[in-house]
Amino acid sequence: MGIRKVLGAAVLAASVIAPGVAGAQETIRIGDINSYKNLPAFTIPYKQGAELAIEQINAKGGVLGKPLEIVSRDDQGKPGEAVRYAEELFTKENVVLISGSLFSHVGLALGSYAGQKKRLYLAAEPLADSLVWAQGNRYTFRLRPSTYMQAAMLAEAAAKTGAKRWATIAPNYAYGKDAVAAFKEVLKAKVPDVEFVGEQWPALFKIDAAAEAQALESVKPDGIYNVTFGSDLAKFVREGTLRELFKERTVLGLLTGEPEYIDPLGPEAPEGWIVTGYPWYAIDTPAHNAFVEAYQAKFDDYPRVGSLVGYNAMLSIAAALEKAGGTDTEALVEAFEGLELDTPAGAITYRALDHQSTMGAWVGTTTVKDGKGVMVDWTYEKGGDYLPSDEVVKTLRPANGG
Amino acid sequence: MGVYLAQFLSGLASASALFLAASGLSIIFGVTRVVNFAHGSFYMLGAYFGYSLVRNLGGGALGFWVALLIASIAVGLVGLLVEVIILRRLYKAPELFQLIATFGVILVIQDVVFWYWGAENLLGPRAPGLSGIVRIFDVPMPVYDLALIAIGPLVLLGLWLLFNRTRWGVLVRAATEDREMVGALGVNQSLLFTGVFVLGSALAGLGGAIQLPKGDANLLMDFGILAEVFVVTVVGGMGSIFGAFLAAVLISELNTFGILVWPNGTLVLMFILMAVILIVRPTGLLGRPETIGQKTETGPVEVVLPAGPHYKIFVAVVIALLALLPLLVDDFILVLVTDILVLALFATSLHFLMSTGGLVSFGHAAFYGGGAYAAALLVTYAATPFELALLLAPFGAGLLALVIGWFCVRLSGVYFAMLTLAFAQVAWSVVFQWSDVTNGDDGLLGIWPAAWASGTATYYYVAFVVAAAGIFLIRRVVFAPFGYGLRATRDSSLRAAAIGIDIKRQQLAAFVFAGVMAGLAGGLFAFSKGSVFPDEMSIPRSFDALLMVLLGGIESLSGPVVGAAAFTWLHDELITFEYWRLLLGVVIVALVLLFPQGLGGAARHHVGRYLKLEASPGDLRSATPKREQRA
Repeated sequence: MGIRKVLGAAVLAASVIAPGVAGAQETIRIGDINSYKNLPAFTIPYKQGAELAIEQINAKGGVLGKPLEIVSRDDQGKPGEAVRYAEELFTKENVVLISGSLFSHVGLALGSYAGQKKRLYLAAEPLADSLVWAQGNRYTFRLRPSTYMQAAMLAEAAAKTGAKRWATIAPNYAYGKDAVAAFKEVLKAKVPDVEFVGEQWPALFKIDAAAEAQALESVKPDGIYNVTFGSDLAKFVREGTLRELFKERTVLGLLTGEPEYIDPLGPEAPEGWIVTGYPWYAIDTPAHNAFVEAYQAKFDDYPRVGSLVGYNAMLSIAAALEKAGGTDTEALVEAFEGLELDTPAGAITYRALDHQSTMGAWVGTTTVKDGKGVMVDWTYEKGGDYLPSDEVVKTLRPANGG
Repeated sequence: MGVYLAQFLSGLASASALFLAASGLSIIFGVTRVVNFAHGSFYMLGAYFGYSLVRNLGGGALGFWVALLIASIAVGLVGLLVEVIILRRLYKAPELFQLIATFGVILVIQDVVFWYWGAENLLGPRAPGLSGIVRIFDVPMPVYDLALIAIGPLVLLGLWLLFNRTRWGVLVRAATEDREMVGALGVNQSLLFTGVFVLGSALAGLGGAIQLPKGDANLLMDFGILAEVFVVTVVGGMGSIFGAFLAAVLISELNTFGILVWPNGTLVLMFILMAVILIVRPTGLLGRPETIGQKTETGPVEVVLPAGPHYKIFVAVVIALLALLPLLVDDFILVLVTDILVLALFATSLHFLMSTGGLVSFGHAAFYGGGAYAAALLVTYAATPFELALLLAPFGAGLLALVIGWFCVRLSGVYFAMLTLAFAQVAWSVVFQWSDVTNGDDGLLGIWPAAWASGTATYYYVAFVVAAAGIFLIRRVVFAPFGYGLRATRDSSLRAAAIGIDIKRQQLAAFVFAGVMAGLAGGLFAFSKGSVFPDEMSIPRSFDALLMVLLGGIESLSGPVVGAAAFTWLHDELITFEYWRLLLGVVIVALVLLFPQGLGGAARHHVGRYLKLEASPGDLRSATPKREQRA
C-alpha cells in the first residue's frame, strides 16, 4: 500500500515532468501553487475540485480548441518558495497564468509578484482584504469572498439578534485582526449603541482554551464573535461548552460552518451558532446537484468549500480564456475585469472595480444531526451585497492599481 | 474569587501535559546530552496512537486509561527504534549531528502520520466518567482538569521513586553527573542510554495522549509544542525533573493569568519569562552548571588553513562560471542560483559563528529575517531607495544582534543555543503579532529592487556580487587577528583571558558580525522575492541554516556554500514527490550517518588531498595538537 502510493507519486511526478516538452504546444497550461503538504485537509479538496472542472472542460473539447492542463507545485506554506515556483512555472513550464494558494501571506506574495512581473494571478482561496484592496494591482484577481465580506454577513446577522454587549475571540495574527475589525465596523454602523466589552487574542494554534473561556465569561457578554478555527476551535468549543460559556448567549462563528472546520468536531459541533459556511448537503439547485454528484462519483468523497472554490477557479479561468480569445496576459486581464459566469454557487462577476469576485457564502445556524454538525435555516448571501460602496473601495485601492 | 481560583486550576491542568513532555526531554538531555528536536513528534505520535487505541479498546473508564498507557508505551518503542537505528551511532559524533538527525526524524514522522491518519484533525475522545463538571465557588470546572492536576504530581512522584529508589535510576543519575565515570565503572552505557531515551519518549507520548480529552490530534502538534517544551526544559534547568515541573506550572499559570491582563501578549510572555530567568539564573531554576561541555559542541575543531594555490584556482573557476551563468542558462536557473547565493551567505555567517566562534546559535534566522525586515520597513515607511535599504539592512540586523547577543554571550554551550532560540522566537512573535507596524502575517509587500536592477539577470549579478563580497569578507575576518583571537576564546577561554582577550566582548563582536552578514543575506532575499513575512524568522528557517552548515561540513570554510547548494537542490528535486518530507528526512538521516564530516568535508577528505586544495595540510596538522575529543 505504502510502496504503491510512493511509486504512484513517482510515476505521477515523472509524468508531470516528462511530457512538458511534448504537451507544451497542444495544451493550455495553468500554473497551480498551493500548500498541499502544510494544510492538506484544505488543499486536497481544492485540488480535486480543480481536477474535476478540468476534466469536464476537456471532455467538452477544452477551451479555444485546446485541452487545459494543470501544472501543480507545493509551496510548503512559504511565500518565498511560492514566488520561486511562480517564476519556474512561467519560465520553464510556459503556463499562461497562475492560480491557487490558501494562506493569505502566500497569496499576497504571489499578488505582489504578479503586479511586479505583469503576470496574471487568480487568488482562489486567500481571504486577506488587502489582496485586492490596499495591495491590489492590475494583475491580481480573487475568487473567494474575503474576510470583510464574510464578517459583514455575520455582522448583519448579529444586528438582527438584538445582542448589545459583544466579546470577540480571534487568533492573534493578520486574519484574526482583520476579521474582528471588519465585524466591529459593520456592526457599529448598523447598531450604533453596541458595546464591545472584551477581546481575546489567543496565539494561533496555541490557544489556552480554558483560560480564554474563563476570561470571556468574566465580562458577561450578550454575544460572542468567534474567529478561531482548526484545533483552536475544537478546544474552544469543548472548554466553552463545559464551562457553560455559550449558554443563553448568541454566538457567531466566522467560517465555522465550512465542512473543513465543523466536520472534525463530529457530534461535539456547537449548536445554535450563527455561522458562515457551506451546507453542500442541502443546497438543491440543478447546477450544484450536478457538481456534488460528479464530485462524489469521481472522488468517492463529499465536497468541501475548497472543492467548490477549486472548481469555480478553473471555470473562471476557462471563461476568461474564452472571452479573451487567446492566452495573452493583457487580454486575459481585460477579460477577467467584469467577467461573468455561472457556477454551482450561482452567477458570479469579477468586479472591474477591485478584481474581487462576487461569489458569496452561506449563512445559517448550526445544529447536530446524526452525529455531525450541519447548518440549518441557511441563506445564500451574494458576495456583491457585502462590499463597501464603490467610492470607499476606490479609496482602498492604490491609485495605480488599475 | 471563584474566577481566579478556576483560572489557577486551569493553569495547573495545562501544566500537566506540558510537564510530561518536558520532563521526557529533560531526562534525555541530562543523560545522553542529545537535544532531541523530535520530541514534539513523539508528543504528536502519542496523541494519534491514543486516539486510535481509545477507539479500538472501546468505551469504559478502564479501556480509556489502558489505551493511553499503551499509546505511551508504543511511543516509547518508536523512541527505541530511533535510538537504536540512528542516535546510537552518533553519540560519539558532535552533538549537532544528533540534532540534525532528530530533525530528519521529525520530517519522517510527519509524513508517516499524514499517510496513516490522514489530514483532518482528529477530535480527541472524552474520558469516560470524567466528562462532566463540578462547581467550585459556582464556577463550572471540568472534572478531567482535576484528573490532570493529579496526574502531573503523580508522574513526578513516580519518576522520583524511579530515580531514587531503583538501581537503574541511581545509575541514570550517576550518568547525568559524569557519563565517563559511569562507563569506566563497567556500566553498560548504551543500554542505559537506550532505556533513558525510551522512558523520555514514552513520557512525551503520554503527554500527547492525556491532552486528547481537551483537544485533538493534528499534524501541527509537533512544532506547536516544541518551542514550549524547550522553554520549560531550559527554564527548569536541563536535566532536572523537579525544575521541569516547576517551570511547567510557572509558565502555564503565567499564560492563564497573562491573558486576563494582556490579551495581546500571548506567545511573547513565555519567552520574556525565559529570557529573564536565564539572565538571573543562567542554568535555569534548578539546573546545575555544565561540568563538561563548557564549550559548544561543534566537534573536534581542526585548525582552519588559508587556501592553497589549487584551491584558489578552483574558486576562481567557480566565480568565472557564476559570472558567465546568465549567458548559459534560462531565467529560472538564475532565480534558483540567486536563492542559493543568498542562502550561501546566510549559512556562511552561521558557520563563522559556529566554527570560528564556537558559538552554536539555534536562532540565526532572527538576523536573516531582521535584515529582511529592516530593508522592508525602510522601503515601506521611509520610501528608502533600493540601494540604501540594501546597505542599511545588515545594520538593522546588527543592531538586533547587539541586543540579543548582549544577553546570550553571558551563557555558553547548550544554554547559549537555547537562549538564541528563545530570542529568535521573541523576534518572530513580535513581528507576527505587532501587525500595526509589521503587518503581521500578511507581511510587507512591494519590496522590489530599483528599475535598473529588477531584471532577473541584473538582480542575479547584484546578489552574486554582494554575496561573494560578503563571503570573502567573512573569510578575511577568519584569518584576521580578530579571527585568531576568536579562535583562542573558543579553544581555551582560560588561556585567552590570560593573554588579555576580553572573551565576552570578542564573542559579542563575533555574534554581531555574523548577525550583520545574515542581515545582508536577508536584505538580498527581501528584494529578490518582493515581500517579507515572519516565516523568515521562524524556527524552521534557523534549522535550514543549521542544516546547510552541517550538510556542507562544519570543518571546511567553503562548506556552507556547498551546503546551501545541496540544500536548495535537494529541496527542488524532492518536492515533486508526494511524500517528499519522508524522503528528505531519510536523506538527512542517511547523510548524517554516512558523512559525519558533511558533504564539503567528505569531498575534501576524499578528493581534496589529491588536488592539494589546502596549503600542505599534513605538515601543519601534525604539528598542531588536536583539541581533545570528548566521548
